[in-house]
Parts: sequence; C-alpha cells; structure tokens
Amino acid sequence: MTRRDPELYDYWPYLDRLKIIWPNDARVAFWVAPNIEFYEITPPRNPQRQPWPRPYPDTLNYSLRDYGNRVGHYRMMDAMDRCGVRGSVSLSVAMCQHHPELIRDGVDRNWEFFSHGIYNTRYSYGMTETQERAIIEDSIRTVEEATGQRIAGWLAPALTHTERTMDLLAEYGIRYTCDLFQDDQPQPVKVAKGRLISMPYSLEINDVIAYNSYLATPRAYGDMIRRQFDTLYAEGADSGTVMCIPLHAYLVGHAHRIGPFEEALRYITSHEQVWVTTAREIADYYFEHYYDVVLADIVNRNGVGLKDHP
Amino acid sequence: MTLPDDYLVYPKRRYGMDHDWYDWRGQPDLPPIAWPNGAAVAVWLCVVLEFFPLNPDGKPFRAPGSMVTPYPDLRHYTTRDYGNRVAVYRLLRLFSDLNINASFAVNSAVAERYPSLLHEIIAGGHEVIAHGIDMDRLHHEGLSCQEEGDLIYSALSVLESFTGARPQGWLSPARLESTRTPALLAARGIQYFCDFANDEMPYEFRTESGNLTAMPFSHELSDRQILIDNHHSEDEYVEQIVDSFDRLLQESQSAGRRVLSLPLTPYIVGLPYRIAAIRRVLTVLRERSKVWFTGADALHAAWMAHNPRNSR
Repeated sequence: MTRRDPELYDYWPYLDRLKIIWPNDARVAFWVAPNIEFYEITPPRNPQRQPWPRPYPDTLNYSLRDYGNRVGHYRMMDAMDRCGVRGSVSLSVAMCQHHPELIRDGVDRNWEFFSHGIYNTRYSYGMTETQERAIIEDSIRTVEEATGQRIAGWLAPALTHTERTMDLLAEYGIRYTCDLFQDDQPQPVKVAKGRLISMPYSLEINDVIAYNSYLATPRAYGDMIRRQFDTLYAEGADSGTVMCIPLHAYLVGHAHRIGPFEEALRYITSHEQVWVTTAREIADYYFEHYYDVVLADIVNRNGVGLKDHP
Repeated sequence: MTLPDDYLVYPKRRYGMDHDWYDWRGQPDLPPIAWPNGAAVAVWLCVVLEFFPLNPDGKPFRAPGSMVTPYPDLRHYTTRDYGNRVAVYRLLRLFSDLNINASFAVNSAVAERYPSLLHEIIAGGHEVIAHGIDMDRLHHEGLSCQEEGDLIYSALSVLESFTGARPQGWLSPARLESTRTPALLAARGIQYFCDFANDEMPYEFRTESGNLTAMPFSHELSDRQILIDNHHSEDEYVEQIVDSFDRLLQESQSAGRRVLSLPLTPYIVGLPYRIAAIRRVLTVLRERSKVWFTGADALHAAWMAHNPRNSR
C-alpha cells in the first residue's frame, strides 16, 4: 500500500515562526556539501533504475564522473580552502577503499563525512529492511574506520529511498537527513523511535541541477548562489535560515567553472552574520537549542498530539 | 520488487578503480612533463569531420547529429554536409590566418567522399586522427570482435591511403566504445585514443594487446555541449573557453604543465554567425603567454618523451 503523503512532517507555515538565532548572532548557517561519489561501470541491475544512459559499457559517462575524483576534486577543495569553508561530505562510502587519498585530505581539513550510500550506482528501491540496515551499518563502520567519525547524517544513494529509510536512520542514531526539501530551516522528522531532523540541502543550488537541468553558465550559477544567499540572509534576521551548496566535483571542478563559483563562495563568507559551518554542527546546535521548542510550535499550530512525535 | 542478496556484494570494492583499464591517479600526482619552448599550456584543437548517412540503422542508437525526421531527412543531412563543404573551409582559413596547427578527426567516409578536403587538411600542415567509418557505424558491444576489428582496419587503411601514413590516434564515433575497442585499436597499431573524458592530462591505458595512451579530450568544452546542448550564446562560449585557459595557465605556475583540448564541429562552430566566436577564442589565447598550439600527435610525442610506456 502506497501513501498519499509521506507522513514525515507536519505543515509549518513560513510565517511568524519562532526566532532561531545561530551562534554569534548569525542569521544564516551556511554549509557546503561536496558529494564525493563512486559510480561503478558494471553495477548489479536494479529493475527500477538504470545506472547509465548509454548501453554497456558507457565509458563516456563513466569517465565524466571519474573526472570529479581525478581532477575536479582538487580544484573544488582548493577553492573551499581559500574561502575558509570546510566540507560536509556526502560520501559514497566505498570511496574509503577506492580513493583513500581523498578521504585523508578531508580528514586533514577537519571536514565532516556523512553517508551517501555505498556506491551511487546501488539504489535503495526494492531493498528489504535487512538490506537497508546493512547499508547503514556498513556506512557507519566504513566511515568510522576511515575517519574516526561516527556519521551524523544521511543522503540516500542517488536519492533512492524506501518507506522505512527515516525510521532506520533514527534508530541507528543518525541525527539528520538531507533527503527532504520542504523547508529552509531544519525541522523534526516523524520517526518510529529516536529523533531525526531534516537538514536543508538543496536541489536548486545543487550544481547538478544548475548545470545539467537548468544548463546554467558558470557565471549564472554564481549569480544563483548569490541571490539564494541574499534572500536567506535577509529572512534570517527574522529567524535563522540554513543555506547549503551541494557540489559535485565532476561538474563544478572544471577549469571554466571553478572561478565564478569561488567568487560566489567568497561573497557569502565575506558577510558578517554568517555561520560558516558543517551540517553536523548545525544539527548539534539545533538539537540543543531548538528541537523541542520548534516541535512544540509545530504541534501547537497543527493541533496535533505529541504522540506523533516520540 | 525485491533485490537479490548479492545486490549488496561488492567484488570490486578495493583500492583504485573498479576495472583494470587504468590506474587511479589524482591530479596532484601527475608525473613531470615539459612542453616545447617552455610552454605552460598546450592547446589542442580537434576538428571532427563526420558523415551522417541519410538512412541510418541507428545501432545501438543514433549518434548525436544523426537524422531526426522521417526519411528522407534532407534538412539534417544537408545541415551536416554543410560542415564538410563550407564551414570546415572557414576553419581552415582561420587556422591559416593565425598560423595554428590542429588535429582533424576524420570519418573514413568523409575522406573517400571528399578527397580534396583531405588534401587541404594535409597541405595546411594539420594532423589526421582516425574517427571510424561514419556516424552510423558505432563501436558497440553488439558487434563481434571480427566485425569491430574490420571496422577499425578499414577506417585506418582508407585514411592511410590519403595521408600516406598510418594514423596514430583514434576517436570513436559518438565516443562510444565496446569493451573490446581499446585492445582492437592497440592491436592495429593505434598509439593513443580520445574517448575518455576523465582527465586533463594523458595517462596509460591497459589492453591485452599492448597499452595505449588515453588522451584528455574535453566533453564539457565542446561546441556541441555548450552551444547546442546547453543553449549558451556565442559570447558565453568564448567566455568559458577563455576562463578555462586562464585557470589552467594560472595552475601551471605552481602545479606543472596543462592541456586545453577543444573539440570543434564545423557544422556548429563554423556557421557564419559563429565563426567570429572561435576566431576570438583563438586570437585571445594566442596573445596569452606560454601557449603551445598543437595537434594530438605532437602532444602525444611530447608526453611520451617524458613518460615512456610501461612494458607489459
């Protein structure tokens, strides 16, 4: 039986919300999410999604992805270094085996790592609960071994989900999901047990969408980033917002794109009331200061019982 | 619709790649390299000369640029033919004006149909790369080894009959390969191929018939990608290429030599209203310092002089 509504959160109008204030009076909590992904040339077949647009072996598209890890990653990382931005990495955790050099570079920079599945060519559609538990447990173990970090966040591999995903994440102590796009502020997610929040990520300011769906020029992408920030910075004076730039080095890391991106990044970080941080730090701060009061406000406005939110 | 248990088995989860074609090499680990005359950035222009039959089979798909409408699609046939009749001569004139050498990746059908064009290319001092038979003869997994080997042999032989030399380089039509293509190319004497888009510098590619060099050949900066697929303007095309060059030049100051490869399609960039854009690109780049305009043969030779192939 499918559902008409995912039943993961309640309606919470963007009007007269309680005031969220980020550390040091910041209005925007700003984070950058490099997706460090591995796409397999011959993944096993999932009947609900094809891995490559061309017939096997799709070496052109495979190589376009591989470019990100071989070349683009270093440009992206350098641009972030120059702007003083740490990454919160959405990681195909098999990268810990394939290219441990990239993981070590991130650890050396005090970047955060969260899970984006094992490979970006293994889709969750059709997984049993046992299988989905296995990829979560694998993610926790693999990232901990490679980085010493316990993963705090999740972005489903290739954004493929099941109805159980959120419940399982919370059960394993994962604190935020990047899979929900309903808000510019974090929000409690309804899960069977434990606590989970939605962390604003973005499918609009995401370089994949900007470059491959909107076909933006590099300068147009820079403008989109600046305008997104200007609005969230202004609104953040009323109640703190979150802005994320999700990146893929196979796109933003090209020589013709990195310059305008870096300019946009510098534009954001040069503002006064911006908290340049990681998703884990946003989640920690939110759980400590806002989870309970926001939940109470949502419940109060919707006239629903707290039983929906364990 | 459940998944089998082995959906979570990862046989290639190991250091490096999930295949044996090439080693993992991050950009900071590039081997040392020098270009002639102390140049910092090699600019490799590669004009692609394609023949699109009016009656394609379309196996396993129709290559970008193929016929679109019901037969006979005179509209697309002649639009593409314009590239080989008119637009390519605009590019040749431009290269001559600016004294620039380029590579031409040529379907053997173009050579056979338009031999005078081949003579102009050779006379202009440009290099020829093999580019298969035509744009409807794709190198895909459905071909037998014999069939694909014959395609390669035929394409190379036809070009050799015009140029007097066996081509050293290969570009697959539509950049489509079978798993056998690299080994078949190596077995027929090809030195380098241009189908992969994962690097900005050459690297060594293993095959069971000897190793090849994978040349860095841009996809994102091609005229087709920017002007046709992304719908960007001519000014935006110029801007992106110049930005790319300037970034590579800047990186070369601390991180070693760089390559800017530029695929050019006559029926796209050689149109009357677009030729000024590529002229502007080349004029701007030529005025930058430490630039080396080269064909792929010379670029490959410069690479090999510093990075001799591993023996197997």
